[in-house]
Amino acid sequence: MTDDILVEFDDVSFTYDRRPVLKGINMKIPRGKVVSIMGISGSGKTTMLRLIGGQLNPTSGQVKVAGQVVHELDSEGLYKLRRKMGMLFQFGALFTDLSAFENVAFQMREQTDLPEAVIKDLVLMKLNAVGLRGAYHLMPAELSGGMARRIALARAIALDPMLMMYDEPFAGLDPISLGVIGTLMRRLNDALGATSIVVTHDVQESLKMVDYVYYLSEGVIVAQGTAEEMKHSTQPLVHQFVWGEEDGPVAFHYPMAEYPQDLGLEPARA
Amino acid sequence: MPRRAGIGLRGIGHAVINGVWRLGYASRFFGLTLFRSGTTFRRFGLAIREIYFSGVLSLIIILVSGLFVGMVLGFQGFHTLERYGSEEALGVLVALSLVRELGPVVAGLLFASRAGSAMTAEIGLMKATEQISALEMMAVDPIARVIAPRFWAGVISMPLLAALFSAMGVFGGYLVGVVLIGVDEGAFWSQMQSAVDFREDIINGVIKSIVFGIAVTWIALFEGYDAPPTAEGVSGATTRTVVTSSLAILALDFVLTALMFRGN
Repeated sequence: MTDDILVEFDDVSFTYDRRPVLKGINMKIPRGKVVSIMGISGSGKTTMLRLIGGQLNPTSGQVKVAGQVVHELDSEGLYKLRRKMGMLFQFGALFTDLSAFENVAFQMREQTDLPEAVIKDLVLMKLNAVGLRGAYHLMPAELSGGMARRIALARAIALDPMLMMYDEPFAGLDPISLGVIGTLMRRLNDALGATSIVVTHDVQESLKMVDYVYYLSEGVIVAQGTAEEMKHSTQPLVHQFVWGEEDGPVAFHYPMAEYPQDLGLEPARA
Repeated sequence: MPRRAGIGLRGIGHAVINGVWRLGYASRFFGLTLFRSGTTFRRFGLAIREIYFSGVLSLIIILVSGLFVGMVLGFQGFHTLERYGSEEALGVLVALSLVRELGPVVAGLLFASRAGSAMTAEIGLMKATEQISALEMMAVDPIARVIAPRFWAGVISMPLLAALFSAMGVFGGYLVGVVLIGVDEGAFWSQMQSAVDFREDIINGVIKSIVFGIAVTWIALFEGYDAPPTAEGVSGATTRTVVTSSLAILALDFVLTALMFRGN
């Protein structure tokens, strides 16, 4: 059974600058699935990805990837593990001094001794998979937001990772690009036999393509279930989030003084 | 009043602790850069590319500045030497001023403003746009792949730029002294040749420029790597690079001059 679990959070807490970001997270992500971590901005979603990638260490508890405790690995072990991971960053994080082709080829050149002809074929295959083989020569500054995200996706899958992580993959995209990215993520996951973790607050798009959802609020998993279960959840927090309601458990207003008091219409209460 | 003094003291204490912490972090960063320089030497093409950006692209400002500084030295030197009837020593004055002091120092200051600020901005923006994180997640060490090639490019470029600055300055001094004012050409060059010592003057000047190259590139790269990933953070880091590098060059110049030219 444990072999079926690729990523596991075991009572993980993380504190940043004395502020608790994650509090006792327990989560299991099975192989081959697309799992989404949802929650409002600042709820600790991206921190979870950074813990999986070993860019941060937990304050307590442990994060396991393929049975290895990430924060116990030395730098060589960590880099070895990262070679099996791919990550799509929020705005692509393409290397701005390299063309689309060179961006996708980057990890192949750095991590393998493949001959140039093989690298060329592989890069074109990856670019073809995201529909941008014809844009191989363009520089990042010449790409639209959606195209840049697709090139970044091709770069992330360059070495056929076992684990794909997506950090807000839908942020700032037009509806067409958004649909294309969502479909590609699901298709690539299934074609590569990989496992995907999608951190997002784009509910409608992600619920179309994920197998399971964890809902995070203030560093705690407050709900979990399949996409359908989340859609029909009666839990006020999840309901407000899924249906984008203005007010609810997450208040519209930031904590503040009384309005008339701020406007100077009545004296401050003692 | 005592409360205000307490707050002031706390502020000073905080600034000192912060400064010491940053110095420690910068030293660790410097050590890591040296320790992980193997990739740069195995794949020297990475450093060549950076030498182009920090060295070759700084050539215009270095050469033009060198020419003007040399021409000004020609005028000022002639004006002073003329009083003592030693106009023929103009070549010596121009050459020694340049190779001992002005070459390394002014080239260092120009290098800090042209190449150092560009390095900080580039690294800072790479961090802000998550390119550094992307490298880490691709199992590529950013210190080895991004920082070390730029460091060695700076260390190699700086003495070459300082030498070109000095050469251009000597030419500027020749233009003004010999061509414009009419100082004897033979005296200008021969006195320079006999008075400028290779070990004492030129090598010491080269050592200075290497030290300045290390200092400027280290400061520039550290400020970029440590910059908060925001527009304001990168802009502040770029400013700090120019200010800190310039002060470091002047302070190091004093120390090196005291060590090298003592008693001469």
